[in-house]
Amino acid sequence: MRELIEIRKDEIIPDQTNALALQGICPGTRVSANILKLFDRGLEIFAKEARPVGMVAAISGNDFDFVYAGEGRNDTNTPVAEIFRKADHLALFAVTVGQTLHDKINELFVAKDFALGSMLDSVASVGVEKAADLLEIFFRDGLQREFGVDGNIAVMRYSPGYCGWHVSGQRKLFDYLKPEEVGITLRPSYLMEPLKSASGVIIAGSPEIHVFADTYACCSQCESHSCRQRISRLVNSTGASGSGGQPAAME
Amino acid sequence: MDLLKQIAMALQCGDSDGIGELLQQALDNKLAPKEILDRGLIAGMNVVGDRYKKHEIFLPEVLLAAKAMHMGMEKLKPLFLKDEVVARGRIVIGTVQGDIHDIGKNLVAIMLSGAGFEVIDLGKDVPPKKFIETAIEHNAKVIGMSALLTTTMPIMKKVVEGLKEKGLDGKIRTVIGGAPVSNEFAAQIGADGYGYDSVQAVDCIRKLISLS
Ligand code: B12
Repeated sequence: MRELIEIRKDEIIPDQTNALALQGICPGTRVSANILKLFDRGLEIFAKEARPVGMVAAISGNDFDFVYAGEGRNDTNTPVAEIFRKADHLALFAVTVGQTLHDKINELFVAKDFALGSMLDSVASVGVEKAADLLEIFFRDGLQREFGVDGNIAVMRYSPGYCGWHVSGQRKLFDYLKPEEVGITLRPSYLMEPLKSASGVIIAGSPEIHVFADTYACCSQCESHSCRQRISRLVNSTGASGSGGQPAAME
Repeated sequence: MDLLKQIAMALQCGDSDGIGELLQQALDNKLAPKEILDRGLIAGMNVVGDRYKKHEIFLPEVLLAAKAMHMGMEKLKPLFLKDEVVARGRIVIGTVQGDIHDIGKNLVAIMLSGAGFEVIDLGKDVPPKKFIETAIEHNAKVIGMSALLTTTMPIMKKVVEGLKEKGLDGKIRTVIGGAPVSNEFAAQIGADGYGYDSVQAVDCIRKLISLS
């Protein structure tokens, strides 16, 4: 399975909490009317300018082993290396909300509309994450249709540049997936264009495989520990408990 | 309220429409452009920076103020005596080669201009040579570099080394920033400073310039 996925904009409407978090505003903080107006304006522009599109391609464990090795720059022990070996199904993905949106952000900065430009940047970043969420659902639905896997299968994505998977791993990922077909290219510095894009692997398997303790070498360099939230959500929704033990408290 | 205080206040409110009229009034009252800049616009922007540090206001409000600051500067700039505006120092800034992520760098440049520095923005994908040549050509005191991914961070080291080779370390200071960059990395490559965000960037550069 290798599919180009046209994503509807109304399926990935960026939420206020996450967009404001990227603006440095903690969830639950009371904000001024000016900020809310900027967010609404950002959403309007997003609805007009976003061109969300993605690609998902199933990959065997053996092939992913090769892709994951990348340019040989991963950490020695990583959560993904352990998780994917226990997976039932794997797929590579790449997704973007498009170049037009990025151009619009630049345009706003040139016009000195800094606050709106910056808000739109955050809105667009959240849009990418939402689009990637949709690809996970797309893959899971495909597995249910094709293999009749049960609804409790846990599907999660992991990206190069996170969790000890070196960002240079994107080269082999691109060689295999070829997301150039949906307009996503990779620079020699491993930066994707359009900027508002994400790539990685979607791992499907029993919920337990995704549970790990944040004690890997890479965890000490990680600022966000956002995996804890993802794992907590998974544990709460499925009752999973993995070899890594219960995840630490959410941030 | 005195006119300069009104200007500072308009700036704090991000009133980019109203600021022009207040500046005109100040000029009509024969206030010197430099005084309007220092005691009106920059004074207002300093309050904005302080309130941001205390979490009383947030990034969007800082940027609304920055727009007002920019409008004000556009009006005052033609009135300055030559070099009067460069008094605080000239900064060359850019996103390093291989990297096209420039929003963070833009925010830093905006805040530096707001603090009264003259900023030469080289944009994105900037090779090490270009940073150094521009800084020499324009007699800049600081080079600011931004990176989004760990893979483009080594370019920062090349700039630091390039300055050393030319015997310019200590004369032209280097400040780095961006999501994957840290204080430790700055120390490791011998950069003079690191800024976590745009407000820290201004503080750090102010400190470095006062040293030179
Ligand atoms: C939002 C986000 C995204 C968004 C948007 C990307 C974008 N930047 O436009 C999306 C979801 C698309 C994304 C994708 C990816 N991301 Co991302 N992303 C982030 C996140 C959470 C915030 C970045 C951001 O926009 N911040 C807001 C802007 C305004 O901040 P900023 O650019 O950092 O600038 C501020 C400061 O750094 C500082 N500063 C900046 N420049 C300068 C210069 C000077 C001189 C000074 C003093 C200060 C300074 O001041 C600025 C203003 O406050 C960071 C993590 C983090 N906490 O920073 C990861 C992060 C940048 N991403 C990361 C990665 C790995 C990726 C991907 C490669 C993942 C993938 N495989 O899909 C892709 C790459 C995208 C691409 N085009 O190649 C890594 C990079 C580290 C690395 N390993 O190289 C980070 C650090 C997360 C991590 N692992 O810790 N990402």
